[in-house]
Amino acid sequence: MTNSLRPDGRKPHEMRPIEADAGLIDQADGSARFKIGDTEAYASVYGPQELHPRHKQDPKQGKLRCEYNMLPFAGDGSRVRPGFSRRGEEISHVTTKALEPAVDLSEYPNAVVDVHIELTQTDAGSRCAGICAGSMALADAGIPMTDIVPAVSAGKIDDTIVVDLNGEEEHLGGNETPDLPVALIPRDETFSLMQLDGILTRDDLKECVETVKPALLDIAEKQQEALRSQYDTGVES
Amino acid sequence: MGTILVEEKDIVAPGETLAEGMDYIPGKGTFRDDDEIISKGLSLINIDGSVIKGIPMNGRYVPQEGDRVIGRVKDILMSGWKIDINSAYDSMLPLKDASHDYIEKGSDLTRYFDLGDYVAVKITSVSTQKIVDITAKGQGLQKLEGGRIIEVNPQKVPRIIGSRGSMISIIKKALDCNIFVGQNGYAWLNAEPENEVKAIQAIRRIEREAHTNGLTERISDMLDHDQGDES
Repeated sequence: MTNSLRPDGRKPHEMRPIEADAGLIDQADGSARFKIGDTEAYASVYGPQELHPRHKQDPKQGKLRCEYNMLPFAGDGSRVRPGFSRRGEEISHVTTKALEPAVDLSEYPNAVVDVHIELTQTDAGSRCAGICAGSMALADAGIPMTDIVPAVSAGKIDDTIVVDLNGEEEHLGGNETPDLPVALIPRDETFSLMQLDGILTRDDLKECVETVKPALLDIAEKQQEALRSQYDTGVES
Repeated sequence: MGTILVEEKDIVAPGETLAEGMDYIPGKGTFRDDDEIISKGLSLINIDGSVIKGIPMNGRYVPQEGDRVIGRVKDILMSGWKIDINSAYDSMLPLKDASHDYIEKGSDLTRYFDLGDYVAVKITSVSTQKIVDITAKGQGLQKLEGGRIIEVNPQKVPRIIGSRGSMISIIKKALDCNIFVGQNGYAWLNAEPENEVKAIQAIRRIEREAHTNGLTERISDMLDHDQGDES
């Protein structure tokens, strides 16, 4: 990497520009938008509500159910076929697992909280953007949460550890760029998502994890600020 | 020494540290993590002595014993009615709690409450598994006929009603409107159609500005102004 700059001119530890806001979908119980670079996710939350089919109900606590979906025009040019996909199913599952540790549904036995994440455009890092939007929408819906969940990816280009890969970087050198999406529960400093695509040495992995932490905390602050700022009515209090 | 990091009526996001040290006590909507008190949701801060509470800004209704709510008849069973109370859990209105009359088993229950009817009811019990029982017997509890039903944010209901009904009685008086606000976020209004619309506008404004000070005056100004425009 010449001059330690990346294809879009960013420094190695620099994320793409972030936009976040909450409470934009009236019909949903909670909603949020999270945009990082050219990747944009909308999340809407419905519930707690009755869970059907009934055999899936858990009498001990409520369930969290996330659904990740890319809109047909959200891909890199070719149309994304709507409906079920293996990839979508996997990401829905890991998103649920990433958000679960932060929510407390013990007050809602047998019920379900649904999180629908729609990607309107993607340029890598879509599951991370989805998790960011999802956790904000859950908070906006008034679901009890012990923490907010930020997520972003790390990777390695040539010999440099970088944060928040975009699509172009992911495809450098014939899709060989190692790419590590992570989600953090900031208060416990535990990771609720960590998937690796590619090959990293143990030391590189450690460096990746250390490098993304400040970025994740930065995102968490932006998420919290977006949640609070929706109540700036402009009325003197 | 403990330090408090927030003020009354601050809005906080989940995971935010509200206070450090052991001098403060975590109330509803907060929890303790070692020597810190943390917010457990997007909420409005209420400080009562050394207790820090977080009042949720949003959220579905969770049934609580003693609440007066508005329900919609969802189904009619042998032993009573299944009532939707705008929550994740349905409630049961048993025959004996439906009316002061004696209702014979097997009689036509639609004579009392038909499918889709709205009823003002009171929650008599909520089990740990959220099985909810209600009664339609009691002061002000009845089938709601005429008027219209609107949905409001259940977390804002206390603000819409005001302390000892102060806010709602301003609207009732100014617009000559009959209003019943259920704790579950269904509200029933009955008045001249124009006044119903004005009452809804006032309620929507209370919802929007619920977390601000001096709201009662602003609402009463708003209603006075409306009256002025007409004359």
